[in-house]
Amino acid sequence: MAKKIKDSTKKQYRGMTRWGRISSSLGLYIPLTIFGLLVFTAIFANFLAPYPYNETSLPERRLPPAWVEKGSMAHVLGTDTLGRDILSRAIYGARISLSVSLLAIAITTSVGTTLGIIAGYMGGNIDAFIMRLTDIAMAFPALLLAIIIAVSLGPGFFTVIFALSILGWAGYARIIRGEAMRLRNSEFVSQALISGASPWRIMIRHIFPNIVNVLIIGVTLSIGAMILAESAMSYLGIGIPPPTPSWGSMVADGRNDLDRAWWISTFPGILIGFVVLSGNFLGDWLRDKLDPRLRQL
Amino acid sequence: MNNPVIQVEDLRTSFFTRIGEVKAVDGISFSVNEGETFGIVGESGCGKSVTGLSLLRLLPEPAGQIVGGKIILEGKNILELSKTQMRAYRGKIISMILQDPMSSLNPCYTIGDQIGESVKLHQDLPDNMVEPEVISSLRLLKIPAPEVRLKEFPFQLSGGMRQRVVGSIAMSCRPRVLIADEPTTALDATIQAQYLALFDDIQVKTNVALIFITHDFGVVSRICDRVGVMYAGKFVETAPTREIFKAPKHPYTVALISSVPRLDKKDERLFSIEGQPPSLLNLPPGCRFATRCSQVMAICKEQEPPEIKISENHSVYCWRVK
Repeated sequence: MAKKIKDSTKKQYRGMTRWGRISSSLGLYIPLTIFGLLVFTAIFANFLAPYPYNETSLPERRLPPAWVEKGSMAHVLGTDTLGRDILSRAIYGARISLSVSLLAIAITTSVGTTLGIIAGYMGGNIDAFIMRLTDIAMAFPALLLAIIIAVSLGPGFFTVIFALSILGWAGYARIIRGEAMRLRNSEFVSQALISGASPWRIMIRHIFPNIVNVLIIGVTLSIGAMILAESAMSYLGIGIPPPTPSWGSMVADGRNDLDRAWWISTFPGILIGFVVLSGNFLGDWLRDKLDPRLRQL
Repeated sequence: MNNPVIQVEDLRTSFFTRIGEVKAVDGISFSVNEGETFGIVGESGCGKSVTGLSLLRLLPEPAGQIVGGKIILEGKNILELSKTQMRAYRGKIISMILQDPMSSLNPCYTIGDQIGESVKLHQDLPDNMVEPEVISSLRLLKIPAPEVRLKEFPFQLSGGMRQRVVGSIAMSCRPRVLIADEPTTALDATIQAQYLALFDDIQVKTNVALIFITHDFGVVSRICDRVGVMYAGKFVETAPTREIFKAPKHPYTVALISSVPRLDKKDERLFSIEGQPPSLLNLPPGCRFATRCSQVMAICKEQEPPEIKISENHSVYCWRVK
């Protein structure tokens, strides 16, 4: 069996140039490695971070990174305006970025998928109602609503998740509805009806498993967007309240010192960029693999 | 033997569209006995498939609706049942095989799961009793090595094998009535013959009443005991198969039978019926076939022909026969 798989991968790579072979696997492995590292650091932040994220030290304010003049190995990525170690804060920040975005995605996908399947399968007035709701959610300025929510509920971990989720389901609902409508007219759904299956059973057992691939692509593609949105909220000061570090708030912390201490904003900014980019790469790769219309045989 | 399982009386099904009411099935009556095969023959769009779906009450709602008549299944008019009650009938008492085996199986589940689902829907069985049921359904459709097959996914099977699996799903609860909507159309000729032979076998074993929908008179002669020829939503002639081939009475039936290609007649152009069936949106007053009929008379265009009984089982709706 293992040999068979090996043969088929060989076949897949045959005819590719050496560079093509490397780049096609890079598209998967680099983003996967970055995500693996992110999850790892988020889980083991306590052990990995050299300092606590909230330990201030006024004499050591705005220390540059180790490789810059006056920098020291004690603070590899330097310190911020309060003398906190940037590396440690970035490591703890991974925890916030990851947990906020994953929870928000879990909520948006479940709500979006449920509503999308119901709308697509039931049709008629139910469909019209859910789709108008989706239209409203998509027309609403997301950041404005996020600010309103943060202001009225007070900033905090769950406020951020709530704000990110309240409109985010709409995109999923729309994609899933289209898929559900397509599947509703498929013969295997008719055959299940003939066997006496109820509408709920058909939605859960026959339609849902057939849209999972669309869902996986959606989830990976939106990890980046969610991390970005969380950073934007933290940057605006409506995210996780300090001193808990989040990459977005770290960028915000350094914005007044960009001329004297560029490292405060730059490193968390680079991290956001890398993670978002790998999320998008991973999503693209999965889409190429799972979407039959794009599958190359 | 003469025990009707399903009786259809004056069934009327319409589709309500933006441009008006389309009378897809306009008053058809027939009954099928235990172990009997009743064929519904007709050209595309004459209402055959809609009849099949009406019997299961699975029309695409809200557009398609049964507007009249009775469907009596085991002594009960199923048109009076609630949606939930009807669901309990589907699969258990009346079932159906669809046309295209390539798309009528869910690609996400093994065939064992799919047959098992239908078994579990109607029978309260402990989990370990489901598999024997599944295997016996697969055996009924003569699927070789059922113990192995039930762990396979639809994409691993050929078209003919998939259509047998669809048959196993439909027969999994041993229904009293089975509707087969052109089940052999998507199969090639050799597999077609095998598949038709299966129906004989299933009927011997389960005594199911079979309603066979087809456009192919060859298939009719092979499998049906009685036939109803359908045209524009109505039967024009119902008769035992033997009689309809020997002495077709309605000009449409005659025309249909003579458009079947034959091996024993050489170098002849295949017969075809000129023209198109009438629009079901606004039907002409008299006989529906009048515009294409070679033996049309004045009265045909004015009044609908009455039922004329040739013999106990043979009825024709034609002025010419009178």
